[in-house]
Amino acid sequence: MEPRISRDQVAHVAKLARLALAEDELDVLAGELAAVLDYAADVAALDTAAVPPTAHPLPLANVLRADEVRPSLDPAVVLAMAPDAAEGRFRVPRILGGA
Amino acid sequence: MSAAVTVPVWPVEGWELVAGLEVHTELSTATKLFCGCRNAFGDVPNTNTCPVCLGLPGSLPVLNAEAVELAARVGVALGSDVRRSLFHRKNYFYPDMPKNYQVSQYDEPICVGGSLELPDGVRIGIVRAHLEEDTGKTTHVGGDGRIHGASHSLVDYNRAGVPLLEIVSEPDLRSAEQARAYVAELRAILVAVGASDGRMEEGSLRVDANVSVRRVGDATLGTRCEVKNLNSLRSLGRAVEHEAARQVAVLLAGGTVAQETRHWREDEGRTVAMRSKEEAFDYRYFPEPDLVPVAPDAALLERARAAVPMLPAARRARLFGLLSRGGDQDPARAGAPGAQVAAVVASDLDQLVAGAVERGAEPALALARVANEAAAEPDAARRLDVEAFAHLCRMEAAGELSATQAKTVLGVLLAEGGDPAEIAAARGLAALPAGAVEEFVRSVAAAHPEEWGRWLAGEEKVAGFLVGRVMRESGGRADGKAVRAVLDAARSRA
Repeated sequence: MEPRISRDQVAHVAKLARLALAEDELDVLAGELAAVLDYAADVAALDTAAVPPTAHPLPLANVLRADEVRPSLDPAVVLAMAPDAAEGRFRVPRILGGA
Repeated sequence: MSAAVTVPVWPVEGWELVAGLEVHTELSTATKLFCGCRNAFGDVPNTNTCPVCLGLPGSLPVLNAEAVELAARVGVALGSDVRRSLFHRKNYFYPDMPKNYQVSQYDEPICVGGSLELPDGVRIGIVRAHLEEDTGKTTHVGGDGRIHGASHSLVDYNRAGVPLLEIVSEPDLRSAEQARAYVAELRAILVAVGASDGRMEEGSLRVDANVSVRRVGDATLGTRCEVKNLNSLRSLGRAVEHEAARQVAVLLAGGTVAQETRHWREDEGRTVAMRSKEEAFDYRYFPEPDLVPVAPDAALLERARAAVPMLPAARRARLFGLLSRGGDQDPARAGAPGAQVAAVVASDLDQLVAGAVERGAEPALALARVANEAAAEPDAARRLDVEAFAHLCRMEAAGELSATQAKTVLGVLLAEGGDPAEIAAARGLAALPAGAVEEFVRSVAAAHPEEWGRWLAGEEKVAGFLVGRVMRESGGRADGKAVRAVLDAARSRA
């Protein structure tokens, strides 16, 4: 039987999630993720034709708040959380790199 | 890299441009989409942030009721189905969102379908409109300020979490003019319903264009490119035409158009491919577990309908209705009256025309005076007393004032207000009595026998000279059309 998830797919998902996985970890996770997918496949095997899709486990809709301004954080506190700051803003490495 | 291909100038014979637009509008709420931080442009950086919009652990978003009201209003205005919708997380790593995802609507948007009518009567389909949060503002520092070559970036999260409505059109646009007209019309609607302030220069309205080309007559769509960084209607028009021309050049050179995102460089007048890694488009959308569905109920839809005023298309139709009431046929929408109607509605002066017509002004004359004269000073024109303006139109139609004199009186009305009859009397403005125009024409004919002879011999272009002389001799009191009529009569007798 075809494995549920290939090593390459695990590597791809890890890259998307910015996870640096070692080569041997890819094999371990491929197995573990396959187990998760097997579990989901059990559900997929059921006849759900008569079951409406569930958007959320809570039977709620329209949880709203009034459009009223509330105090924001002190920018000094906010910027203290930044790895680096300049001119009142978060300073980050250049984006997308290369030229 | 693509080979150096000479890009032609649009339009290219035998090719058709196809465009659909994605318009992102910041909604005019007091606070952000999921938290109580201020939604304001131009505040000191990072002063409007909190644990929710910074994505700090343990914080929970709660949807802004006003954003839902405004989205529903836009949906009603566009004739969309306003329906139960869900929020998803769009995952990506980019410092403009501190959470590493953007909350957006994916397969169940709040508004589906609808359309918008351009001033020339063409209908552009709407695919959908969905709510999402705006990203922070990044400034690239070093190099030339572009992304490439920058040494680092600075991020202001005041904008992160501001409510956006992204409105996606069908690929129904066929020219740069139509694309601009669509955005102008959509902007007018968004402002009319109070959803947006419409300030493109402040980024309240941002446009991405999906552009493709095909041979005239082809039914299938070509491969499209998405063009970003369109900060004005002018950029939009230029970028759409340039991108279409670029694609034609690629195809004519035997190449194929790659589906990609391209960046418009205003200073260079061209689009360039944005560097993107292949996984950049793999956003791994999944339902946002912290937010429950939003389902507009009957009461909300009723409020939305009540809050939508008469929209530009209906206001234009009303003016066309007034015009056709005077004549026997439907006035041509694409012709001069069409342009006047569009201009009058765009400057919010259609009420002045309609009010004057109600008070006995001739529709075409009232429309022309407002479109050609009053609209040049829209603020003053909106304060203009409708009865005074109607009175002026009646005086001109009755031949009491020449067109030139009526324009002079209108200028005074716009600047100072007052009664048109008194203004005309105080300035000695009155149309010439019957026979006076003939008198002036005789005098001009005597003074310029050579030109007069050429006129009688059938030389058309000398008419302008003769009319001008009569106008000058009469001190502007003669009506140009009346003078021309006398000239024509003299020639037909000769």
